Amino acid sequence: MANTMDSPRTAVSNPPVQPMETNLTQRDLIRRSATSELPQPERQLTPVAKLIDVSKCIGCKACQSACVEWNDTNPAIGENVGVYTNPHDLSADMFTLMRFTEWVNPETDNLEWLIRKDGCMHCADPGCLKACPSPGAIVQYSNGIVDFVHENCIGCGYCVKGCPFNIPRISKTDHRAYKCTLCSDRVAVGQGPACAKACPTQAIVFGTKEDMKKHAEGRIADLKSRGYANAGLYDPPGVGGTHVMYVLHHNDKPHIYADLPDNPAISAVVQTWKGATKYAGLAVMGLAAAGTILHGLFAKANRVSKHEEQEAQEAVDHADKREEDA
Amino acid sequence: MTNAWTDIKNTDLVVVMGGNAAEAHPCGFKWVTEAKAHRGAKLIVVDPRYTRTASVSDYYAPIRQGSDIAFLNGVMKYCIDNGKVQWEYMKAFTNASFIVKDGFGYKDGLFTGYDEEKRDYDKSTWDYVMGDDGFAVTDPTLEHPRCVWNLLKEHLAPYTPELVEQVCGTPKEKFLKVAEMISECSKPTKTMTSMYALGWTQHSKGSQNIRAMAMLQLILGNIGVRGGGMNALRGHSNIQGLTDLGLMSHLLTGYLTMPTEKDTDFETYMSTRQFKPLRPGQTSYWQNYKKFMVSFQKAMWGDAATAENGWAFNYIPKLDVPAYDVLRMFELMNSGKVNGYICQGFNPILAFPNRAKITSSLSKLKFMVTMDPLETETSRFWENHGDFNDVDTASINTEVFQLPSTCFAEEDGSLTNSGRWLQWHWQASSPPGEAKHDSWIIAQIFLRMRELYRKEGGAFPDPILNLSWAYEDENEPTAEELAKEINGRALSDLMDPTDPSKVLVAAGKQVVNFSQLRDDGSTMAGCWIYSGCWNEQGNNMGRRDNHDPDDTGAYLGWTFAWPLNRRTLYNRASADINGKPWDPTRKLLEWDGSKWTGYDVPDISPTAKPQDVGPFIMNQEGVSRLFARGMMRDGPFPAHMEPFESPVENVFNRKMRGNPVARVFKSDAGQLGTSAEFPYAATSYRLTEHFHYWTKHNRVNSALQPEFFVEISEELAAEKKIEHGGWVRVWSKRGSIKAKAVVTKRIRPLICDGKPVHIVGIPLHWGFTGSAKKGFGPNSLAAFVGDANIETPESKAFLVNIEPSTAPKDKEASV
Repeated sequence: MANTMDSPRTAVSNPPVQPMETNLTQRDLIRRSATSELPQPERQLTPVAKLIDVSKCIGCKACQSACVEWNDTNPAIGENVGVYTNPHDLSADMFTLMRFTEWVNPETDNLEWLIRKDGCMHCADPGCLKACPSPGAIVQYSNGIVDFVHENCIGCGYCVKGCPFNIPRISKTDHRAYKCTLCSDRVAVGQGPACAKACPTQAIVFGTKEDMKKHAEGRIADLKSRGYANAGLYDPPGVGGTHVMYVLHHNDKPHIYADLPDNPAISAVVQTWKGATKYAGLAVMGLAAAGTILHGLFAKANRVSKHEEQEAQEAVDHADKREEDA
Repeated sequence: MTNAWTDIKNTDLVVVMGGNAAEAHPCGFKWVTEAKAHRGAKLIVVDPRYTRTASVSDYYAPIRQGSDIAFLNGVMKYCIDNGKVQWEYMKAFTNASFIVKDGFGYKDGLFTGYDEEKRDYDKSTWDYVMGDDGFAVTDPTLEHPRCVWNLLKEHLAPYTPELVEQVCGTPKEKFLKVAEMISECSKPTKTMTSMYALGWTQHSKGSQNIRAMAMLQLILGNIGVRGGGMNALRGHSNIQGLTDLGLMSHLLTGYLTMPTEKDTDFETYMSTRQFKPLRPGQTSYWQNYKKFMVSFQKAMWGDAATAENGWAFNYIPKLDVPAYDVLRMFELMNSGKVNGYICQGFNPILAFPNRAKITSSLSKLKFMVTMDPLETETSRFWENHGDFNDVDTASINTEVFQLPSTCFAEEDGSLTNSGRWLQWHWQASSPPGEAKHDSWIIAQIFLRMRELYRKEGGAFPDPILNLSWAYEDENEPTAEELAKEINGRALSDLMDPTDPSKVLVAAGKQVVNFSQLRDDGSTMAGCWIYSGCWNEQGNNMGRRDNHDPDDTGAYLGWTFAWPLNRRTLYNRASADINGKPWDPTRKLLEWDGSKWTGYDVPDISPTAKPQDVGPFIMNQEGVSRLFARGMMRDGPFPAHMEPFESPVENVFNRKMRGNPVARVFKSDAGQLGTSAEFPYAATSYRLTEHFHYWTKHNRVNSALQPEFFVEISEELAAEKKIEHGGWVRVWSKRGSIKAKAVVTKRIRPLICDGKPVHIVGIPLHWGFTGSAKKGFGPNSLAAFVGDANIETPESKAFLVNIEPSTAPKDKEASV
C-alpha cells in the first residue's frame, strides 16, 4: 500500500483513478496528543513531504484557491491594506497564505520580491501536538503528517503557543484549532495535496521525503549556477526536520522570507511541561496562552505549587528571549 | 503565437517584455519554468514594474511604458554593431537584400510622404525597385546602398545605449546587459522566445512594437525554430479564435478581408488580392485566395451564391471607412448615429477607454441587448452606485435587455488558444436558470428578423432571406454542425486533378483540409484556416493523444492546430538553405534529399526543394520582411514615437505628439492632457488573482484580491504625502477615481530626457457588480485613441495626477 504513495502527486503525475482504501488509519499513529500509552504501529509508512520551491513560485495564489476549494472554507472578502498578501493572515478559513516581501539584496542592490507560501510545516517533532492538553486532538501519522482532529479539540489555543511557526488559528465560530492537514484526506487515498495539484509551475511538489530531498538537490544546484551561492533546503533540525520543506535562494537567512524562523525549536515551555506534572504544565501553558477560559477551569481544578509556578515563569521568560533572538 | 505554449520548454532565453506572463498567464508560464529547470534557460523581464514574472527572472531592467521601440531598435543596433547576427538565416530568409526605391527616407521622426492635414503617409516610395522581369530587384551581397539591410542600419544608427537610456529611462548598463544576453541567441544553436501581450498591443504604435521584436528575432534567426518565435499571449481563452473567425469589422473569416466601397464587384475585389510572387519560384500562398473566398460565400449563402452573381458578392457589406472598430462605433454612438447595440460577451464600460464617453454613448441608444453569463457593469450602466457609477438614472432612456448566456463548461464547442490549437470541450453542466447558449439566442434573433424581412420586405432582404441555415433544429445550431460547416465539404463530386476519372471527395463529404477547396463553387468552408478541424476522420479538435516522440513539445496528436495541424509556423526556417537543421538537437524538419521529414507538418510543399522555395509562403517574396513596404500605416521600419499622453517630448521631433498617423476623433483631441497638468505616467494591467471583470463575481478570487488599488513608488508617496494603504484620488483629463495606495519598491522613478518620471500602476479588475469590494478601472482615465494600424486603445500609457484622499461613497452612504 505504501508504494502507491511514494511518487510525487502533482499536476504532472496524475494519481490513480481506481478507488482505494484509506491509507491513514488509527493504527498508523505514532503520536497522539495528551496520550502516553499509544501502541506502536505495526507498520511504518514511507515518510512524505511537500517541497515548496520559493524560487519557482510566481505567487499566483492558485494554492490558496485550491486549499479553500478542497477544504470548503469561506475566507472573508477583506480590504486592501497596501499589500498583495490576502487574506492578511492565516485563519480558520485560510490554511495557507502567500506572504510577499520586498527585499533589497544588500550585495547587489537589486530588489527581490520574495514570495513564500506559509502554512503548517508538519514538524517531525511537533510543538503543537506536544502542547496539546486534549487527548487525540492532534495526531501524527508514521508518514509524518500532523493532523488536527477537530472533534477532540477544546479550543484552548495551546497549539498556537506550542508552534514555532505561528500556524494554528482558533475559529471564532466553533472555537476549534485549524491548520493545513497536508490534505491527509487526499494523501490517504493516493492523491497529493490540493495545493500541489493546482500549482502551475510545480513550485509545490509532493512525494516521499527522500525523493523531495533529491529533487531539492537538483533545484539548489540550478540556483547556485544562477549565482545564488547560499541556496539551500530548509528542513530545520530544531524541530526534527519537517514534512513541508522549502528551497530558498537565501537559505543562510530564512528570516527575510516574511519572518521564517532561522532556527525554529519547540518553545521551552512545552519542553518543560514534558517534565512537569501534567496539570501543572497545563497551568503554565495557560500563563503563556493568556485569555482562555479553559485555563481557568484547569487551574481551579488543579493546584499548582509556588515552586512549580516560578519554574514555569522562568521557562516562559527564557522562551520569549529565545524567540526574540531568532 | 508562431510556436506553441508547449514549445517554450525548448528555449534558451525567454524575453518577457510587453507582457507579464507569470501574472496573467500563470498556467502557460509553466513552460518557462520547464525551460529554466531542464534547459538552464534564462529569463529576462523588461517592464516599468517589477512584476511577478520579474520575481522569478534572471535579469530585470526597468523601462518607461510606451518606449519599447527605442529599446528594441537599440538591441537590434547592438546586435548588428557587434556582429551578433545569424548571417546565413538573415541573408536567406529575410528581404535584407531587396533594393528599395530611391525616394524613401526618414527624417525628424517621419518617413517620406507625410501629410499633416490628412494625418497619413503617401506610401508610394515605400517599396522595392522592380526589375524588367516583373520581380523585385535584390543584391545578395548586401553591398547596394539602397538594399534593406543598409537602410535598416542607417535607420537604427541613432538608437545608441545613451539614447535608449534618455528615452526609456533604462540605465545604460542594464540595457547593455539585456542586449548582450539577447545577442548571444544569434548563434544557430541558441534560441530566444519573445512572450508579449497587451503591454505591447495597447499603444498607439502597438503593431510597431511587435514588429520591432519580430525583426530582432529574424536577425537572430529565431523564427520558425524550436524554442523561438513571436509568441502573443492571448488575453482570453478564445481571443485567438475571435480574430481567426473574423470578428473584426475589416475581416471575414481566416484573414480574408472585407471589401471596401471601391470593390464594386467580385472581379474588382479579387484584382487587389492576386498576390503574384515577387521573386521567382515562390509560393505566395494567397494566390489561393479565390478558393477560400468562394468557399466562404458558398458556406454563407449556399445555392444563392453562383458564378453568375459573383458568388453573392453584393450580399457582403462594403466598408466606407478602414474599419468599424470599437472606438469608432462608440464615437458614432456618442454622436447619435447608432440606435441599437447588441453587446455579446463584452463589458465596454470597464474595458474601453474614457468611461465617461462610453457611458454617455450607451445613454444615447434606443436599446441595448447584453448577452453574458454574468451581471456586467455594462448591462447596469444606468444604475447609480454613488461614486462608483455616478449616473442620473432618470435621464437615461436606453432600454436594456439582459439575456443570460452560458459559460464554457455549460456548452460544447472549441476554444482556440494562443498556440492556435482548437481544443474541443464538452458540456459538463446544465445552464442555470434562464441562461441559454449564445447560438440559441442568435438563432432566435435571426429567425424573427428573417420572418420580418419575409413579411415586410425591405431595401435589400436577399442576404437575410438567402442566408444558409440548414441545421437540424433551426432554433439551435449545434456546436458540431457549426464546426463541420467551418471545416467545409464538397458540394458536388470533386475529381482528382491528376486523374479526372477518380472521385477525390464525394458530394456531401467533409473536405480533408483547405487544400481540397476550389474556386468554382464545388466546395464550401466557413473558415479556410480551420479546415481539417472536423473532416471525415471525425472531430480532430477532440483528440487527446499526448504522445510526443523525442520530447519535442509538438504533440501532433493533441487537438488540432491551424493551419493543417502545424505547430510551429515558418518551420522550414528551422533548417538552413540546404535543409539541414540549424541545431541538430532541436530538429523540427530536415530535407532528406527528396522530401521534408521531421516532427512537425512542413509549412511548404513537402517536396519543395530547400534552395528553391522560401519559408515565408504567405509573403509574395517567400522571405520575411525587415522592411514592410507600404503594409503598415506608420512606417516600413519601427520608429520611436511617444504615447499621445507622454511625460516627455519625442527626442526625434519635439513637436510631434503620439503616432503621427493614428486616428484621433475631433471630440477627443481636446481631451488629451499635458504633462504640465498631469505629471505622472500611468499604466494598466492585470493581477493573477483575477480574470478581467469576471472573477470578482467569485468569492474565492475576491478573498484573494479583494479591493481596487493603485501602485506607486516610495518616492512618489513621500513627495505627495500618500500613506501606504491609504486612500488616493487619481485623475486624468477624462475622469477621476479613488483607490487604496500600494506603496512599493517594485516601482521606481525613472530618469527620462533628464527628468524623473513617476509611474502610477492601475490594475483593472474592479467594478460595481460582483462579490469583491466596489472599485474603479483604469479605463475611467485612459485616452480614447488607438493603434494606427488596428485601433487597439492606448490603455498602457496615459497621464494622470494623484493626491491623498478619502474613501469613495457608495449610493447608500451618499444619500
